[in-house]
Amino acid sequence: MLTALTKEYPLPSELQERIDLVLESHDCDPTQIVGILLDVQALNERHYVPETTAYYIADRLKMRVTNIFDCLKFYSELSPVPRAKYPIQVCCSPACRVNRVDSHRLISTLEQLLDIKLGETTYDGRFTLEQVTCIGACDRAPAVRINGHVYDHLDTQEKIEALLRSLP
Amino acid sequence: MQVHFLTKNFGKYDTSSIGSYMNVGGFEALRKAVTMDPEKITDLLTKVKIKGRGGAEYPLGRKWSQARAVRGERKVVICNADEGETTTFKDRELICHDPFNLIEAMIIAAYVVGASDGFIYMRAEYACYRPLLLNAIRQAKNYGFLGTNILGRGFDFDIHLYSGAGAYVCGEGTALIRSIEGKAGRPRMKPPFIKVSGVFARPTCLNNVETLSLVPHLLLDDAGVYASCGSGESIGTKLISVAGNVNRPGVFEIPFGTTVREILYDLAGGIQHDRKIQLIQFGGASGKIADASILDTPYTYEDLRAAGVMVGSGGMLVIDERTSVLDFLRMNQEFFWEESCGQCTPCREGNLHIKIILDKMAAGTATREDIAIMIKIARVMSMSSLCGLGETAQNTLMSAMKVFPDLFDIGGARA
Repeated sequence: MLTALTKEYPLPSELQERIDLVLESHDCDPTQIVGILLDVQALNERHYVPETTAYYIADRLKMRVTNIFDCLKFYSELSPVPRAKYPIQVCCSPACRVNRVDSHRLISTLEQLLDIKLGETTYDGRFTLEQVTCIGACDRAPAVRINGHVYDHLDTQEKIEALLRSLP
Repeated sequence: MQVHFLTKNFGKYDTSSIGSYMNVGGFEALRKAVTMDPEKITDLLTKVKIKGRGGAEYPLGRKWSQARAVRGERKVVICNADEGETTTFKDRELICHDPFNLIEAMIIAAYVVGASDGFIYMRAEYACYRPLLLNAIRQAKNYGFLGTNILGRGFDFDIHLYSGAGAYVCGEGTALIRSIEGKAGRPRMKPPFIKVSGVFARPTCLNNVETLSLVPHLLLDDAGVYASCGSGESIGTKLISVAGNVNRPGVFEIPFGTTVREILYDLAGGIQHDRKIQLIQFGGASGKIADASILDTPYTYEDLRAAGVMVGSGGMLVIDERTSVLDFLRMNQEFFWEESCGQCTPCREGNLHIKIILDKMAAGTATREDIAIMIKIARVMSMSSLCGLGETAQNTLMSAMKVFPDLFDIGGARA
């Protein structure tokens, strides 16, 4: 059951293999689509699910591609558009925000250091600055999450600079 | 003072090895449970008055006996590990320090309600604990605690792990179920209630991580340690998570009846730089707030309710004098405006317009009429929203109006 799109724009075979491995790790179960998309997104250098990939997954799991697009739009952790190599997710729940009232506000410091605004990507595609509602690390506030890893206690400019430099 | 009832195995065993768990008494509770009549177990849970620890406070004994009574094939037990309430991270500790206990608890739940499948729905932010849980499930399967004919008692049960992807609304029962079915997690109308028609239209029993985790410990608690803590409606212990402007944020297990002051000053190390407390939010973003006058109130369901707040998810957000009440309300409102799924009008539009009015208040341009509109919107939302998110989104705002009435009394000064 291949759709026209997968025939017309086949994925590189190496990528197909990697996606197939993800699908198998989820037992090719279409109800696991959210977890599958998270894993497939992590394979991508720009941390998103391209349209061709979405079609490929829909074919493999024999599900409607609209279902996949619906999930990509609905869940804030999933993205149908390219992000950066390091999407910086800044926690904006009250628990994190009340810990950066004085001295350095995390977002403005990041905006200044990266020279981008919230929601934008740096010109070299390395960093995107994103605002998320809660990353479940309230006891380690102020914190950011980058590709699944939480970096905590970012209360001084030095610590934030050191974090940005430490990313390969 | 901290107690260790639910947390007694934290750090005591290697969380990647079932053998290590069995050395500290793992799966003894399950072995005991399968020799008991399921009704005896629900009676026990009713006797110690366990209420759902996710925030809804529904009595567990009643939930399980109802789930047991529902007629239907292939029932389901779901563990809600979505924990999206801000300032709530107690389930995270239970998953990372005692994963096997959760697996054992789900098997006991399956035995009691007669379920054949279990689902754990875990938020994407906890993805780093996925391998830990998958390993626990696999090992439990190898040892015959999952699969067919468990412990020779003729019941079959299997556990599947599902991942969320950053949607707060998926903590709501019907939204969570849609998400497990592989769809976008938008809540639906009730009835049908999920206990009758839940995930894949099968009868479903949905429980929070902490609620489930309590059960194995309770079954082995012959000495009645749990029942000796607390009194009245609030028996036993509770995991609370404290965050915000405190010196030692974290998760603590307290017996019911500990005062808020003891929690904040003895356990959480007091307020940063000994500043004054502006307000405390109980029970996460959809919880209620109080000012410093609540410090000597004992932490129980009854006393907190009398003081105008609630236990909810067990989160406590402490905010010091540097953040104004209005700024806090705006942050909280922004959270709900972001997280509303946009399906029903009261929640989608209500959250937006309350956000606008709060911004106007901050800018000093709000009028008496705006405040009246805001109160009206908040009431309409709580009465007519589709799901719990919209119904509870204005809890914080409404309680702020009671605790800090001066803030909202602006008409006179401007006229």
